[in-house]
Amino acid sequence: MWAYEKKLMYPVKVSTCNPTLAKYLMEQYGGADGELAAALRYLNQRYTIPDKVIGLLTDIGTEEFAHLEMIATMIYKLTKDATPQQLRDAGLAEHYVSHDSALFYNNAAGVPFTATYIQAKGDPIADLYEDIAAEEKARATYQWIIDQSDDPDLNDGLRFLREREIIHSQRFREAVQMITDDQNQQKIF
Amino acid sequence: MTQESNPFRRSFVPFRGRFDPCPPLGKRTFVTPPNLFIGFQPPDFPQFSPIEALKKGTLWKPFYDFYESPYKK
Repeated sequence: MWAYEKKLMYPVKVSTCNPTLAKYLMEQYGGADGELAAALRYLNQRYTIPDKVIGLLTDIGTEEFAHLEMIATMIYKLTKDATPQQLRDAGLAEHYVSHDSALFYNNAAGVPFTATYIQAKGDPIADLYEDIAAEEKARATYQWIIDQSDDPDLNDGLRFLREREIIHSQRFREAVQMITDDQNQQKIF
Repeated sequence: MTQESNPFRRSFVPFRGRFDPCPPLGKRTFVTPPNLFIGFQPPDFPQFSPIEALKKGTLWKPFYDFYESPYKK
């Protein structure tokens, strides 16, 4: 079960009217290494992973939905007042004829989301290594979006999200260590 | 912090052919984030203040890495 808090994880501010940035942000919305893929991947892997790391997957998977909501807010703010002409200039005419300015799980190139973006191999090491790779890919994607964006307020939010990817990668790496360590060995802190 | 002095950046210069059509970009920078170097988080790790942590996205100082585009002038 989930409890919802009606606020964003980090405040989203957009300072320039630039719908092209919305197109780039869609990579994190419905892309292969986006927040939706991450949330679905982790929450689904929970059932077949050692007990010790189920909670971690729940926590991170839930946080990914909070990130998804931030990305959605960014895209919405960048497109809600855009005219059809502005959307066409931003390369979003194809999106417009299919969805108006509604959000949809597409990547930056307009390719719709597919479950084949994620995996659940059932092998704890294989799954956690995939999760680490996913976090690093999401971190890199944030970097490339920041490289393309000249909106300081938007970049502030993107930097927060990028830092979270670093932390998630760290925790998945620790999870691998936890299930790899010899369980009979005494550890004293 | 500039990209040059950031300890979590590495760079390389790609091979340059005699007939490459475009002017060279020069040094290519890539990121090696702090999570690669620390292993399991040790006890008594240095922390940011709560307000700062909420802004930065992490409570733990050694895991913080500010990103700026290496192409930015």
